[in-house]
Amino acid sequence: MIEVQGLHKSFADRKVLNDINITFEPGKPNLVIGASGSGKSVLLKCLVGLLQPDEGNIIYDSRYLGHMDYKSRQDLRREIGMLFQNNALFDSLTVEENIEFPLKMFSELSPSDRLDRVNECLKKVNLENSNHKYPSEISGGMKKRVGIARAIALPIKYLFCDEPNSGLDPLTSRVIDDLLVQITQDLNITTVINSHDMKTVADIGHKIIFIYKGEVSWIGSNANLTHGYSENPALSAFFKASF
Amino acid sequence: MSFFTELGRFAIFMRFVLKRPQKWSVFWKITFREMHNIGIESLLVVMLIATFTGAVTTIQTANQLLTPSDLFPTQLIPKFVVGAVVSTSSILELAPTVTCLVLAGKIGANIASEIGNKKISEQIDAYEVMGINSASFVALPKIIAGLVMIPSLIIVANFLLIYGGVLATQFTTALTFDDLVEGARMVFHYDYVKIMMIKGFIFAFLITSLSSFQGYYTEGGALEVGEAGTKAVTKICIAILFFDLVIAQIFLGL
Repeated sequence: MIEVQGLHKSFADRKVLNDINITFEPGKPNLVIGASGSGKSVLLKCLVGLLQPDEGNIIYDSRYLGHMDYKSRQDLRREIGMLFQNNALFDSLTVEENIEFPLKMFSELSPSDRLDRVNECLKKVNLENSNHKYPSEISGGMKKRVGIARAIALPIKYLFCDEPNSGLDPLTSRVIDDLLVQITQDLNITTVINSHDMKTVADIGHKIIFIYKGEVSWIGSNANLTHGYSENPALSAFFKASF
Repeated sequence: MSFFTELGRFAIFMRFVLKRPQKWSVFWKITFREMHNIGIESLLVVMLIATFTGAVTTIQTANQLLTPSDLFPTQLIPKFVVGAVVSTSSILELAPTVTCLVLAGKIGANIASEIGNKKISEQIDAYEVMGINSASFVALPKIIAGLVMIPSLIIVANFLLIYGGVLATQFTTALTFDDLVEGARMVFHYDYVKIMMIKGFIFAFLITSLSSFQGYYTEGGALEVGEAGTKAVTKICIAILFFDLVIAQIFLGL
């Protein structure tokens, strides 16, 4: 579980996040939605420690991120997997080497065990027989799946996804959504997904956090989205503009 | 951004770079690959430039010292002086400084663009999220590889500068091979080689660390990656010339 308490973040005079209080629970996808520039990506970067918040606490299962020294923070990050908006695959490495990379760095597995784990991860994302292709040789949807496979190569507890559906067609988008739900449930991990794709929100949004102008404007689930529209004009406008 | 702000950022960057690698086996593998990229890939260009520069320096020095003039009648300057001037300037200046200025353009721009590209495509963030010290992971192998390979290239360049001079004596009657060698032997001093190597190590560090720093702090897109390469080369050249002056003053200043 990840708790965010009173999080504030500004860039110069521009306040990007204002008093964010959220709890992300394990075992189901937590969706952070909002328009471009609403502060979703900044929130995600604060959560993984790529940005330092001005105020507030981020607590990973009773461990305060802000109180950690450099080494503890690096240790925590080994429990984190992240799917980047642009995939961030290492372009000089093959698919297999990309997935093997965290195993090489942080596990004591033998080369053959590492290969077994890589193949297991590739099977999980339905991408067998692509081991020796380079990122430049595969499609956008395949890159996303490689990104997910790399993120789950080590036994992670937390998975962060920044716009996992950006640039994908609706069918591939659905495949990625299903994959994220399945991985979250199978591994019982805390998954935080940044998205502005309302189709994804409606399909897999077991917990939805709507960020509007840097503040949490609405929290609910896909089951009570309709109710949310009526009580929150900003959410309603965001939803209508999405279709 | 002021000079001192930039210097502070560089110091912070180096504090992270000079940390113990997380996995030595991975570190050495990358370092050997970088040695190939920095050293072997630059060998041909260094060999060509050194040979031609050596030949041209010999011809021009001979022309200036041995052509009769009112101030210096030819007979007053022995021919071996040309060899002395060429060999000394090769060891002290041409081999380390000119070679490193060339390498600044080749290696510096390459490193800055490579790391800059990793930065804008979020690969650096990916290292960080995995719990890897990204600054050290991307920059330290390049710095170590540079510290090994660039001084080695300077040694090769030095031999070829002299060899270029020897080649030049084959095309002129004004100077013979013996004149060149006699002059070179007469003024040779081991301290000159020491100064050349000190310059080599300092310039190697400047080329690899400044270009890594410039690439690591790239923000934006493809345009900014190109700019990072250009800025890195400019900064490295200025730093090389500045430290060249400082080293000359410290070791050779009267």
